[in-house]
Amino acid sequence: MTLTLALVQILNGLQFGLILFLIAAGLTLVFGVMDFINLAHGVQYMVGAYLVAAFTTMTGSFVAGLALALPAALIFGLLLEILIFRHLYDRDHLDQVLATFGVIIFLNQAVKYIWGAAPLNVAIPDALSGAIEITDGMLYPVWRLVIIAVGLAVGLALYLVVNKTKLGMLVRAGASNAAMVSALGVNIRLLFTIVFGVGAMLAGFAGAMVAPILSVEPGMGDNVLILAFVVIVIGGIGSIRGAFIAALLIGLVDTLGRFFAPTLLKLLLDPSAASQTGRAIAPMLIYILMAAVLFFRPSGLFPSKQ
Amino acid sequence: MNNLVDLDTPASPALATPPRASRAYLLPLIVFVIFALVPLSALWGSQSFILALVTRIMILALAAMSLDLLIGYGAMISFGHAAYVGLGAYSVAILASHGITDGFIQLAVALGVSLIFALFTGAISLRTKGVYFIMITLAFGQMLFFLGTSLAAYGGDDGLTLASRSMFFGSKFLKNDVAMYYVAFGVLLGAYLLLRAIVASRFGRVLRGIRENPVRMEAIGFAPYRYQLTAYVIAGMIAGVSGFLLANQTEFVSPAYTAWQRSGDLIFVLVLGGLGSLHGAIIGAAVFSLLADILSHYTENWALIFGPILILVVLYARGGITGLFGSKS
Repeated sequence: MTLTLALVQILNGLQFGLILFLIAAGLTLVFGVMDFINLAHGVQYMVGAYLVAAFTTMTGSFVAGLALALPAALIFGLLLEILIFRHLYDRDHLDQVLATFGVIIFLNQAVKYIWGAAPLNVAIPDALSGAIEITDGMLYPVWRLVIIAVGLAVGLALYLVVNKTKLGMLVRAGASNAAMVSALGVNIRLLFTIVFGVGAMLAGFAGAMVAPILSVEPGMGDNVLILAFVVIVIGGIGSIRGAFIAALLIGLVDTLGRFFAPTLLKLLLDPSAASQTGRAIAPMLIYILMAAVLFFRPSGLFPSKQ
Repeated sequence: MNNLVDLDTPASPALATPPRASRAYLLPLIVFVIFALVPLSALWGSQSFILALVTRIMILALAAMSLDLLIGYGAMISFGHAAYVGLGAYSVAILASHGITDGFIQLAVALGVSLIFALFTGAISLRTKGVYFIMITLAFGQMLFFLGTSLAAYGGDDGLTLASRSMFFGSKFLKNDVAMYYVAFGVLLGAYLLLRAIVASRFGRVLRGIRENPVRMEAIGFAPYRYQLTAYVIAGMIAGVSGFLLANQTEFVSPAYTAWQRSGDLIFVLVLGGLGSLHGAIIGAAVFSLLADILSHYTENWALIFGPILILVVLYARGGITGLFGSKS
């Protein structure tokens, strides 16, 4: 019984980690290539969820909704880049943090204005709405398995693009030394616009995939954003591989921590104190992990800059 | 490529010409005289609303001013400064809920807890630089936020209402809003003078030297780490005091005080007022609060206007409001 429960928690952790990876991938490249801190990346996740909710209602089909939401998220990201972020690349980190913070304030309120403050629900496509039996008597929702599969597929695709194509080579070079890449005649701004657009779309995609299992509401990107930053800081800024490993690590530690911390503490404390302390410590675990990683490796696990 | 050394721009006192230097005394003087006279608004009625608003402004200014020591003078962009406001506020509320309402004990605990948290997290955070520093301070802030939300015994998500304001010498004089106002005023003035002295002292000059060029400061024999950590602890403790005042003024605490968005607000206040200028932090707090208050009277969607203002300030109003006056302290 406990073993099956643990397996469910591990799958949940993987699913959460892969969603984090989808968000963190764009964030780490944007950060690595242009040295640009984009706090508004979490809002792009939220916008993806809202877009899929709106288009699904409009077309009556999640798949059609997703097909419309993805290019819309891409266009939205590019619009933000052209209107605002482009003017911030040459500014210091403080200005970038502040201006993108302004974008968050605006967009959180904007979705509230357009769609209302109440959470929206998105239906899972019928064919994928059931649960399947993984082991004896253990049912697991198909949709979460879809998220895991899609997350792994996107991870693999990103790995191939970044490591096996010329574009990927330029992105990697840009993350290590943007000035040198630019000096060699590469249009780093154009390269960056591509990276930014794809990153925004991936974050939107992550939002769209979780829309059926979470409530779509204003501010839903804010906490995910912080987690994505934890991921890229632990993984090493600019490193896709680092982001992948760190995202899975964070997803598993967070999910398993919430599940096991109270149980483990019961060995030391009486049951009510254990469950209370466990619930208090669990959400802090990943931040403790981050502090510990940075203490020993101040530039993350897989730093892309030497 | 940017780096933190770009933060130089705000404060170069040496460049201030003599007539402007005198303005550096004039502007803060005007600010404090205005604050001192605000309770006279009772003569025209509607006092309690104005008192509450301006008390909140002064408390926000106190927290922002302490953050200015880090960002404006030390180029340490802490994105978790609201954590200390929360620590100070919870010190009051938790002690009060156990029947300890003596203000001196609460204040001592607020200071002590802030000191320990700043010493511990600062010692770790300062091992990192630049954006890693921003993120790790954010992470420590979030740790406290989640701790607050899971403290079921002290209200959890919903927060905790204070049974009564702090007592001093066994007296409940803080219940009086004018008394509360002048206590906040006195603390703000005291902290301003203290921070001004710190910034002008040898310690402050070393701190600014490290901001300009840490490698060179190290080469001439100053260990940046120790100075930065000291500044980090001082700033945390002052922000803890602002939390102590905030809990007393609102008679309520909640984890929302420590959310990372509140740390963002503090940075916004600083940039709005002008980085590296202590009275700039006060002016920034006043403009920020009044703007939010006025806009929220016109529309409940005031954030739709507030966000773009923030972006425009960053893009076009470098140097903030005090930059317009050309004065830096």
